Amino acid sequence: MTSFFLNGKQVQVDDDPSTPLLWVLRDSLSMTGTKFGCGMALCGACTVHLEGQAIRSCVSPLSRVEGKHVTTIEGLSPDLSHPLQKAWIELDVPQCGYCQSGQIMSAAILLTENPKPTDKDIDEAMSGNICRCGTYPRIRKAIHRAAEMASDRSSK
Amino acid sequence: MSAPAMVSRRAFLRTSAAVGGGLLVTWNMPLSQKTGHSFAAGKDGYAVNAFVRIGTDESVTVIAAHSEMGQGIYTSLPMLLNEELQADWAKIRVEPAPVDAAYNHPVFGIQMTGGSTTSPAEWTRYRKMGAVARVMLVQAAAKQWGVDPSTCRVENGVVIHDESKKRATYGSLANAASQLTAPADVPLKDPKTFTLVGKSTKRLDTPSKTNGAAQFGLDVSVPGMLYAVVMRPPVFGGKVRSIDASETLKVPGVKAVEKIPSGVTIIATKFWAAKLGRDKLKVDWDLGPNASLSTEQMLRDFAEMSQKPGNLAKKVGDPDAALKTAAKTITATYDVPYLAHCMMEPLNCVVDLRADSCELWTGTQFETVDRANAAKVAGLPPEKVKLNTTLLGGGFGRRANPASDFVVEAVHVAKVAKAPVKVVWTRDDDLKGGWYRPMWHDRFFAGVDASGEPVAWKHTIVGQSIAEGTPFEPLMVKDGVDAASVEGAADLLYGIPNLRVELHSPKIGVPVQWWRSVGHSHTGFSVEAFFDEVAHAGGKDPYELRRKLLANQPRMLEVLELCAQKAKWGSKLPPGVGRGIATHFSFDSYVAQVVETSVEKNGTVHVHRVFCAVNCGIVINPDTVKAQMEGGIIFGLTAALKTEITLKNGRVEQTNFHDYQMLRMFESPEIEVHIVPSTENPSGVGEPGVPPVAPALANAIFAATGKRVRRLPIRASDLAS
Repeated sequence: MTSFFLNGKQVQVDDDPSTPLLWVLRDSLSMTGTKFGCGMALCGACTVHLEGQAIRSCVSPLSRVEGKHVTTIEGLSPDLSHPLQKAWIELDVPQCGYCQSGQIMSAAILLTENPKPTDKDIDEAMSGNICRCGTYPRIRKAIHRAAEMASDRSSK
Repeated sequence: MSAPAMVSRRAFLRTSAAVGGGLLVTWNMPLSQKTGHSFAAGKDGYAVNAFVRIGTDESVTVIAAHSEMGQGIYTSLPMLLNEELQADWAKIRVEPAPVDAAYNHPVFGIQMTGGSTTSPAEWTRYRKMGAVARVMLVQAAAKQWGVDPSTCRVENGVVIHDESKKRATYGSLANAASQLTAPADVPLKDPKTFTLVGKSTKRLDTPSKTNGAAQFGLDVSVPGMLYAVVMRPPVFGGKVRSIDASETLKVPGVKAVEKIPSGVTIIATKFWAAKLGRDKLKVDWDLGPNASLSTEQMLRDFAEMSQKPGNLAKKVGDPDAALKTAAKTITATYDVPYLAHCMMEPLNCVVDLRADSCELWTGTQFETVDRANAAKVAGLPPEKVKLNTTLLGGGFGRRANPASDFVVEAVHVAKVAKAPVKVVWTRDDDLKGGWYRPMWHDRFFAGVDASGEPVAWKHTIVGQSIAEGTPFEPLMVKDGVDAASVEGAADLLYGIPNLRVELHSPKIGVPVQWWRSVGHSHTGFSVEAFFDEVAHAGGKDPYELRRKLLANQPRMLEVLELCAQKAKWGSKLPPGVGRGIATHFSFDSYVAQVVETSVEKNGTVHVHRVFCAVNCGIVINPDTVKAQMEGGIIFGLTAALKTEITLKNGRVEQTNFHDYQMLRMFESPEIEVHIVPSTENPSGVGEPGVPPVAPALANAIFAATGKRVRRLPIRASDLAS
């Protein structure tokens, strides 16, 4: 049994500790918001937060998260109120939407570490996330917009 | 045949009470019009299925006859319908249609999504469905109030009789409306009075795509479900000789290893166990006849073939005679590789096969075909097969497979799994799995007169036919010419007096398929890049020459001029930056693009800005058109700069995103999209943004460096100085 905190709640799973976290989330815990794209940490679709850091869950063994806090897209906010979710909706970023969980989870860490990122900061932070539909220009705009919303909120 | 012309086919309306109360409106066509294809489903001449369901709880559910793969039709179809229905937009929900002839594509006669045709084909039907529902709701209210329906009006889901100040919501009228006879015909609004169509409208699916709630095929789970992967032959057409599953069966969770027609399936309690089991599986393959295939050899073969006469696709005037008297002749060859669709969501399919039924869940573009093919494998009549269409994590044509490869294989797996099963493809499976955009070779020979204007244009195309050997062959292939192989080449808009286009369609054991923009994905590049060569050979500005030769093409001329104006064509650029232009007509839409680029000494290409102008007829959701142009440009740039599928000893050499690289955010340019207002019926949007960007980039590279790009993907080694 491996135990960890998923979106604030303690969970226990009996998967082999070497199983990638991605498949534990998806197949054992039915948390399917985190996506499979490559299985080699090349595309970012599986990005989740481990203790406040972005990790690629497709190459992170379950043993790595024992006793730790994992946040997935489902745990980002209970009600679409995260500035990134609001900005994504305002700018209608997604097309097929498959990569967007990973995009948003990568962007969330960027904004935590750098609340006012430049285009270059965004390009660097998001370089590990692929979008085949080509929503990059909108992702870039939406990250700026989310940064703006977050700063409006904190200055109030 | 154009979609709007077909939409005008006479159709019959029928309404009925929705299950659980309320009103539903359906659309039925005579049986004979539904069964134009051998694989058209069902015997149901008057299937009862809804396009809109109005619930007594005020819900308004629009049923989407087409799949959502990112192109925005889960919003634009409801927009069309609600333009006439005039329900409260906040109450609108959308749900995928079940498989039924009632949802057949009004043009293609099967239920499907592709060819950038959803908006053009549904332009009339969805508005009519909304109008019929509105008329019946008004009639129900008028009857209730004892007033003339013409004295009532509707506003935001409420029928209002001003004189008596009576009001009734759609939901409260739904049951009564369902008892009425549908009007035989209803007038539609004059587009000038539209209040929803033409206004940028927020996509209905965006919220669920920002919190993990959106359900793609890979996310489906059914009780008691097992997971499976398949080991497919290392060479196309290979067969299993023998299997050594001893190590695989030791992996905890692996339940079975079985031979199926496409290879060997490994069935387990979880995906990861199945995948680990496959890693340990030993299969001895009979590689079959394709074990020596190599793209290097194919390149040589194609080049040789292109020097011989091919099947005639188009002839205007006498190009050979014109070439003899031309002041100058220009010749060049172009090559583009096999390409994988590489949707972010790998292929998958869930199957629950029982003795007398079969239920499938998958993101597909080809419902009728998939259901029919699944039924054959299951040994059931199609009506016993229920196919649930999920959201598609990208499609780009791959999920419209004439052989239903990923669905058929999953049913074979279900037969041996003897339990509900989810078949998952890995990225490696996806890239090696075939059904690629064909590899193409184009040879051109052109002549210009003394004034520098082209007088002759000969184009020989070499590449596999997509339709050959599929049920689409009779429709697509005429006199040895697959229309999709020569689209964008045989229908040149430029006024060139002598033109000939020929085609060779070699048979090669690599499965090929339509890939976003299909034939245009190669002719857009080769034709527009060679046009640039011809313009320079004749001493002409490539923009001005295009303008001149498009004098009789007002819609293309307008997008060309708008694009050039927005890009400030002819203005000075920073040192080292080049500008290129291209136009392309596809899926009845007109697109022009200008690219600004620079090339480093080591040959690395930077794409700075892309300007795009599009005329796609009446625009339903302008923001979606912009999004599709942006996405099409980035998709096209990935093909121009990054990707190729190559074969060596019959084996595909690419395995994942490290050797099949996608454009990433830091490489993606600024994009500016301009839409030309139009009163023509809507035309395609999902694909037409792709073709012009590769040639515009190639032409910009020439402007920046003096080097011609004649093969894709662009290689730094070709451009290093």
